[in-house]
Amino acid sequence: MPTRNLESTKAAPNYTPFHPRWYRPHVSVYWWLGEWHYLKFILRELSSVFVGVVVIEALMLIQALRDGPEAYAHFLQGMQNPLVLVLNIISFFFVVFHTITWFNLAPSAMPVRLRGKRVPDVLVAAPSYVAWIVVSAFVSWLILQ
Amino acid sequence: MADKITLEIARYSPERDDKPHYESYEVPVYKEWVVLDALNHIKDTVDGSLTYRWSCRMGICGSCGMMVNGEPKLTCATFLSSYARDGKKIRLEPLRYFPVVRDLVTELNDFLSKLKKVKPWLIRKDEPPLSQGEFLQTPGQVDRYKQFSMCINCTLCYAACPVVGLEPIFVGPAALALAQRYNLDSRDQGAQERTAMLAHPDGIWGCTFVGECTRVCPKHVDPAGAIQQYKLAAVVSWLKSFVLPRGQDK
Amino acid sequence: MEASAHDILLVGGGGAGLRAAIAAAEVNPKLSIAVISKVYPMRSHTVSAEGGAAGVAKPDDSLDEHAYDTISGGDWLSDQDAVEAFVREAPLELLQLERWGCPWNREPDGHIAVRAFGGMKKKRTWFAADKTGFHMLHTLFQTSLKFDPITRYDEWFVTRLLVDEGRVQGVVAIQLMSGKIQAIMAKAVILCTGGCGRVFPFTTNAAIKNGDGMALALRAGAPLKDMDFVQYHPTGLPFTGILITEAARAEGGYMLNKDGYRYLQDYNLGKPEPTPVLRSMELGPRDRLSQAFVKEFQKGRTIETPHGHVVHLDLRHLGEKLINARLPFVRELCLKYQNIDPVKELVPVRPVVHYMMGGVSTDINGATPLAGLFAAGEVACVSINGANRLGSNSLPECLVFGARAGKAAAEFSSLQKPANGAVLAQALDEETRLGSRFLNKTGGKERIATIRTEMQTTLEDSAGIYRDGAALIDGSAKLNELQERYKDINLDDRSRTFNTELESALELGYMLDVAESIVQSALHRKESRGAHQRTDYPARDDERYLAHSLIYRDAEGTSRVEYLPVRITRWPPGERVYGQQSSEQGHAKTP
Repeated sequence: MPTRNLESTKAAPNYTPFHPRWYRPHVSVYWWLGEWHYLKFILRELSSVFVGVVVIEALMLIQALRDGPEAYAHFLQGMQNPLVLVLNIISFFFVVFHTITWFNLAPSAMPVRLRGKRVPDVLVAAPSYVAWIVVSAFVSWLILQ
Repeated sequence: MADKITLEIARYSPERDDKPHYESYEVPVYKEWVVLDALNHIKDTVDGSLTYRWSCRMGICGSCGMMVNGEPKLTCATFLSSYARDGKKIRLEPLRYFPVVRDLVTELNDFLSKLKKVKPWLIRKDEPPLSQGEFLQTPGQVDRYKQFSMCINCTLCYAACPVVGLEPIFVGPAALALAQRYNLDSRDQGAQERTAMLAHPDGIWGCTFVGECTRVCPKHVDPAGAIQQYKLAAVVSWLKSFVLPRGQDK
Repeated sequence: MEASAHDILLVGGGGAGLRAAIAAAEVNPKLSIAVISKVYPMRSHTVSAEGGAAGVAKPDDSLDEHAYDTISGGDWLSDQDAVEAFVREAPLELLQLERWGCPWNREPDGHIAVRAFGGMKKKRTWFAADKTGFHMLHTLFQTSLKFDPITRYDEWFVTRLLVDEGRVQGVVAIQLMSGKIQAIMAKAVILCTGGCGRVFPFTTNAAIKNGDGMALALRAGAPLKDMDFVQYHPTGLPFTGILITEAARAEGGYMLNKDGYRYLQDYNLGKPEPTPVLRSMELGPRDRLSQAFVKEFQKGRTIETPHGHVVHLDLRHLGEKLINARLPFVRELCLKYQNIDPVKELVPVRPVVHYMMGGVSTDINGATPLAGLFAAGEVACVSINGANRLGSNSLPECLVFGARAGKAAAEFSSLQKPANGAVLAQALDEETRLGSRFLNKTGGKERIATIRTEMQTTLEDSAGIYRDGAALIDGSAKLNELQERYKDINLDDRSRTFNTELESALELGYMLDVAESIVQSALHRKESRGAHQRTDYPARDDERYLAHSLIYRDAEGTSRVEYLPVRITRWPPGERVYGQQSSEQGHAKTP
């Protein structure tokens, strides 16, 4: 007969002799609030909502342009609404955050190899930043003309 | 005389407890002591029932992973002095998102079955006899998968990955990185066999590129990178299956 | 009592165990093969081997040369027929591992690259960066997953071999997770539990190397061979014992005493050259380098640190680029565990126990004199390593003899009837013993750690690098005292779930038995040879001691030592020389 040690005779809820049931910690719905890294991840994912906002506004702008000067003026007025302004400012920061995180992460998904060695991620991400700055500079110049 | 530091350790015995509680121990701080040395000191001199895994004491066997102040770490590579310097206590808990067997010991059989699921061995359609010598592989070809072959199976990445916590059926970073290690090995011919099994919601598509796995990996395996690369390869292979319906090599 | 049954049971899931399991599964896929290990297989100590695995691979090399290097390095205590088989099969095993996916380092044209290693006259060491053992073990483990005949018992601790009718019929083991004690029957049992470095205070070995298999065999009546020969690795970090691989010296590191002088030139190891010369100076054999350390210590030329005396390993002249390419793990280890950067600083090192040449006595196919019991890897002694093992020979040893033992066990088991149920009575006795001696015992006063530390100190003092009769006799007496005190051990942990304290207590029991066999074997061998150096008998004595020591232990615990002549085939005993003389010697001796 298997000998029992004195402690196991107490019937704890997780224990049956030789078939212990493990403790399974519960993962909270607010798992992402406890740690900065997780929070950063959720914010990054959330930023896509604001990217969506900007895209919709861009589509609305194009629609307004198409529909003529009245529609365009109406659009511009809408854009000056303080709530919309706040939304746009927030969206701007999220879009920049989204872009930066995207550029930084992309090289992990697409490693570039030259002559048998991997090109460092920084060098792979750099052209994206350069292109971003150049295009932004060009578009700004166009608009401010 | 050495400084002292307090360790707050999660204790749990299924025969007595229905959930873990914390017990505090004070240990001396020596310049060379890592958290594991502190645990051994407690077990040898204070409380022999403290239970944890360890073996090599040099970061290669992967046994000693634990949560140290909320971060998954190898306790053989975590110096006491870095916490003592800031006047902090050290809180030790078993690796997150795993069932707890006892004290700091987690249940690993599920992880092992996930490893087996990805078929982590060289799959060949042909097996030339040994007399023909080695498969030729240039240093550049070795370099393509070398990083992903460095995994010591310490499961710190599983403790860092929120998807593992929320969806226990997710195959997980280490297993997926290991699959990619074989896919990228020029000698392997089994990529299709593996993709068929892993390109589904519990496999690579469960990953949302949180990136925590790569951050905590003590061997710089970059499992997140492996998974994203795998995603790209899986999509390309899926597209190819339309363009070249009769299939392609590998 | 629950019992399960298999055809073949591997105790230990490291390099040798997994290779043997795969070999048996390939021989006969219908066999039921079980691998039982007290840790998950990828934690086995094979994982920490760094330098490489030797196998003749290049056209400028020959099997005879590898054999000669091994035999002369072993101070002629190696069985030459076994060495000949070993050097022949080693390259095939390493190649097989390559086919299974092992990421060996390559030359630019894609062929396997080889490098120099201490004691080898030609470059024949295959390597995978400086994590060869890690890659080999993971390749073996991952490959073993595809074999259905292999069942694994992960984290089961074997406490006893079951012997009946003069043959081994299985084991008794504890499932750590649940505390369940069970008999696992088998027609053949292969011990692959590794060495016993933890018997000493400073060792490169992991916590799990407690000589389990050696003690199990000894208690079951099988002899241990050559336990007098314990290998010290000359360069281990003080305090942790972490190994700084020989490869650091092979790439060109210097060893310096406290005056910054390359002291090895004073010990018949050749002249100091700026680049490494095979079998000379820093690439001399490990035992000679460790002995040089002791002599330097006695002359007062070593450096004193809070963790004992050390000498310095100087890698600074190699440059950062080479160190990062060829020795990345060495750099990582020094930084992570001792906060030292070898690119800029001197690395403190001292000799640490690294490998056990001795072990369970087996023949060339891994079979022990006890029917049904086989052994392979560091736990076994065939012997190919003789009195001193050459670096990079032990990984291929695991593969070659693991495969041989697997095949031999497969053949043996096909001729056996299934294990008979009578051994279950022994298993029940074992369960009672574990309960009364440990789990349910009250009133004990000794702590495991105290006895363990005293045992380790005793071994270092009496059976260290240099030994003498008086110290050995004292050591034996002290070990007897510790065996008595061991009976009075008190456990804090009485639970059944994952009781690692019980595990440590059982491991301590194994270590005490193994320690005794080391001291007794060393006491009986009245000569100096290879790693066994006696200050009271400083010369090699081929007339009386060109033989393996065999130590048996009877049921009352009394040891007796016998001798078994070494098998010489083609290389009559010569002088072990290093440095300039060795190239001439080598040519003269190889037929």
